[in-house]
Amino acid sequence: MKIGIPKEIHQGEMRVATTPEAAAQIMKLGFTVSVESGAGLGANISDEAYKEAGVEIVTDTKTLWKQSDIIMKVRAPEHNLKLALEETDLLSSGACLISFIWPAQNEALMQKLAARHVTVLAMDSVPRMSRAQKLDALSSMANIAGYRAIVEAAQYFGRFFTGQITAAGKIPPAKVLVIGAGVAGLAAIGTAKGMGAIVRSFDTRPEVKEQIESMDAEFLMLDFKEEGGGTGGYAKTMSKEFIDAEMALFAEQAKEVDIIVTTALIPGRPAPKLITAAMVESMKPGSVIVDLAAEQGGNCELTEKDQVVVKHDVTLIGYTNLPSRLANQSSQLYATNLRHLLTELTPEKNGVINVNMDDEVIRGTTVIKEGNITWPPPAPKLSAAAPQTEAPAYQSVVEQQKKSFLPPAVKQLLPALIAGLILFSLGAVAPESFMAHFTVFVLACFVGYQVIWNVSHSLHTPLMSVTNAISSIIVIGALVQISTTNSTVTILAGVAILLASINIVGGFLVTRRMLEMFRK
Amino acid sequence: MSHSLVTMSYIVAAILFILSLSGLSNQESSRKGNYFGMLGMAIAIVATILGGSVSGKSALEITVFGTALSGSFTVYGILIVALLIGGSIGARAALKVEMTQMPELVAIMHSLVGMAAVLVGYANFMDSTITITGVEKTIHELEIYIGILIGAVTFSGSVIAFGKLSEKISGKPLLLPGRHWFNLGLLIATVVLGSVFLQQTELGGNALIPLAIMTAIALIFGVHMVMAIGGADMPVVISMLNSYSGWAAAATGFMLSNDLLIVTGALVGSSGAILSYIMCRAMNRNFISVIAGGFGSASGGVAAAIEGDVQPIDAEETAKLLQAAKNIMIIPGYGMAVAQAQHTVYEITKLLRDKGKKVRFGIHPVAGRMPGHMNVLLAEAKVPYDIVFEMDEINDDFANVDVSIVIGANDIVNPSALNDPNSPIAGMPVIECWKGETTIVLKRSMASGYAGVGNPLFVLENTRMLFGDANTTMQAVLKVLKG
Repeated sequence: MKIGIPKEIHQGEMRVATTPEAAAQIMKLGFTVSVESGAGLGANISDEAYKEAGVEIVTDTKTLWKQSDIIMKVRAPEHNLKLALEETDLLSSGACLISFIWPAQNEALMQKLAARHVTVLAMDSVPRMSRAQKLDALSSMANIAGYRAIVEAAQYFGRFFTGQITAAGKIPPAKVLVIGAGVAGLAAIGTAKGMGAIVRSFDTRPEVKEQIESMDAEFLMLDFKEEGGGTGGYAKTMSKEFIDAEMALFAEQAKEVDIIVTTALIPGRPAPKLITAAMVESMKPGSVIVDLAAEQGGNCELTEKDQVVVKHDVTLIGYTNLPSRLANQSSQLYATNLRHLLTELTPEKNGVINVNMDDEVIRGTTVIKEGNITWPPPAPKLSAAAPQTEAPAYQSVVEQQKKSFLPPAVKQLLPALIAGLILFSLGAVAPESFMAHFTVFVLACFVGYQVIWNVSHSLHTPLMSVTNAISSIIVIGALVQISTTNSTVTILAGVAILLASINIVGGFLVTRRMLEMFRK
Repeated sequence: MSHSLVTMSYIVAAILFILSLSGLSNQESSRKGNYFGMLGMAIAIVATILGGSVSGKSALEITVFGTALSGSFTVYGILIVALLIGGSIGARAALKVEMTQMPELVAIMHSLVGMAAVLVGYANFMDSTITITGVEKTIHELEIYIGILIGAVTFSGSVIAFGKLSEKISGKPLLLPGRHWFNLGLLIATVVLGSVFLQQTELGGNALIPLAIMTAIALIFGVHMVMAIGGADMPVVISMLNSYSGWAAAATGFMLSNDLLIVTGALVGSSGAILSYIMCRAMNRNFISVIAGGFGSASGGVAAAIEGDVQPIDAEETAKLLQAAKNIMIIPGYGMAVAQAQHTVYEITKLLRDKGKKVRFGIHPVAGRMPGHMNVLLAEAKVPYDIVFEMDEINDDFANVDVSIVIGANDIVNPSALNDPNSPIAGMPVIECWKGETTIVLKRSMASGYAGVGNPLFVLENTRMLFGDANTTMQAVLKVLKG
């Protein structure tokens, strides 16, 4: 099948859906790949680079769309101003489109696509499960956005991030609040931390506390019991009481922090308004707010989509194309996500995709199958925060093994009891002379125990051969008996000496040979 | 030499043996430790010979074919001949043995100690010069009985272990029906025979018969015990027999009222016991269940089946992966010993290290067929020991490893030990190589390991399989690396 990659037409979109490296891999799956001329320029990839990888360059946009069985894009189809055409109309009937779609927000687009009798796979609808991580474009893009959010904030924030004590005075570190510790939030935390700022973070899902703390940031606790984890590892809408408590917390924090990065999104809904105009007003002059939810309406009341505005002496950054601002690398990651999706779609590596609706990953990603809207998919079965289901099974196995007719206390005491009993009965009957030897024996066992634990694991084989040689000390036993008048005894002792001396010489020599080999 | 002087020499010898074992705590002091051991042994033997218990006066009359041939040897003659013959056999074996055959050598040497203990026991029993009575006599007879028992079990068990290791006997566990009852029967017979033996000695009857029957039973028990143990449990068996050989020496020491034997026997016995314990822990097995034989009898449910496709790779691609990697981990197993690949592996290691890459070896405690087997093989190939690490030292570091090469190992890198509670090897600590970026597994075929457990590692997405004899494929890789 032919794959076509058109040039992105969305204003400010610099990414491209494949790179030469990814294209080369895709061709190994049996596809042919064509790229619209100039598609990679925004991401610093020339047409020549594509050509070198064996990709066909198509100059005419319409031809590219028409000839391709599969169209791979970054942005959802929109109106092409240059050609005065809808991109949807360029899709040939029966083709397959793979791009971001946002079906919940773009109902009209979904209807239009369905009418074109195409199959649409939405990269924003990849289910959140461990098997699908490698095609999770939302995560890979969010990671970049989180990083870039801090870089943008630093650009407009007229102060140091890191604190310093210099001869000319003390510079306090910047305080950064990250709201929403998803992939983007964590990336922002990491970046801000790396620049030396004091980072705090808030999230409605208590299970991310650990992740935040692992990044060395402070998790802001809300004294309120309500779990915010929805299906698929995303957040859900919270109750009114919870939101009130949350807003109080933000209002308090706004007065203190210098930079706020908001990343709060609830799938398929407008972004929750978390930072009110009053809070912005309470912030210190020169503070910065980066609103990563600007595309979905913004977490801050005053954010303007795609704009940087200054209100109440606070800079509000509402860029929606943060990944595009690192176009080359975000293209690379997105292209790899797409390549993994194609690998899933072509299990036979024969260049023909199979939209297998029994496969949970493909089922979730497919939003339109041959003109029928299949979105939303049935709820995914697994959530990252719910591994408890597996634990009981394991426990029962352990319990089964441990089930015993003795109560545990008795079981623990039993060896000691038996040992005590044996020692007692021995002491009751044994004569003095035996006890002297027995004392030596027990003490030697303890010395052996102490010494052997210190032996290096790598020297276990030499240990065995040397103990072997040493245990041939039994030769002494034969030696003291050889001089009897009984000739059978002498012969037995002689043979024992022979056997033991094999061991003595053999054991020590082989140990020496081995130890000589160990070198630094 | 006075009696006190002999005892003093024994004390010195015992201290030297302890120093010898403690010297093995690290590589630097280990050689000195070995010399301490030799010195201790020499002092003990010389002191005993000069101590008056060996006298040249009594001579041995040997009569062959009635009266046709008759010769006499002095005891010193026998002694020197026996020491010389034994010593030269031992020296020959020690210098000739291949490092891959160390487990066999150790096993056969255990059997010699066992045999010697049996012989000394019989000699002591027949020695009519001992004049003790009452409880002391009973205890002495009991010591003889136990000494011979342990010696015989050690002997036959070690012979079978030798057979299994040298593949003269199948490595598969031989599981007789009702084997536990069989063992129990043998144990009861031993106890009953023991009381018969004591009665006979009391009454002055023929005590040799119960002693001989017991020896036969002990031999059968030793054979049966090791036959029932699978090849993967061999490290435990070897260390266990090591321990037995020590207890046999200790029992002989009690019998002869000789403290040096008791001390040395106890040292060796506890050393073997600790090794067995370490090996059992490394396989998450209970010592009793290893000795009882068989495998996986404790697991409850059905282990998860392994699905997925393996991704083969060839030598050239392997070399490319190695060239691109910065941090490489090599995980050897018994397969490396079988293929004698350690020298080729080190050639590759050297080449990669010269290119500035970090190459390390990760050793699982039960890799190979005896404790520390892999370390000895790598040392033979001149791998410096400071790049050879234990499992616990490297397991946390796999996130930084670019390429791990698993050479002829299977169960010790099986992820189902950690994540499948129904797997027969569940709970066994394993080397977590799959946490690295890429794992290359060298294997002859897709057969499962000794435990007979499938390995999901082979179908993981970041695993590549390099099929073929480990030495041949490693040589091919080396050729590509050399360009």
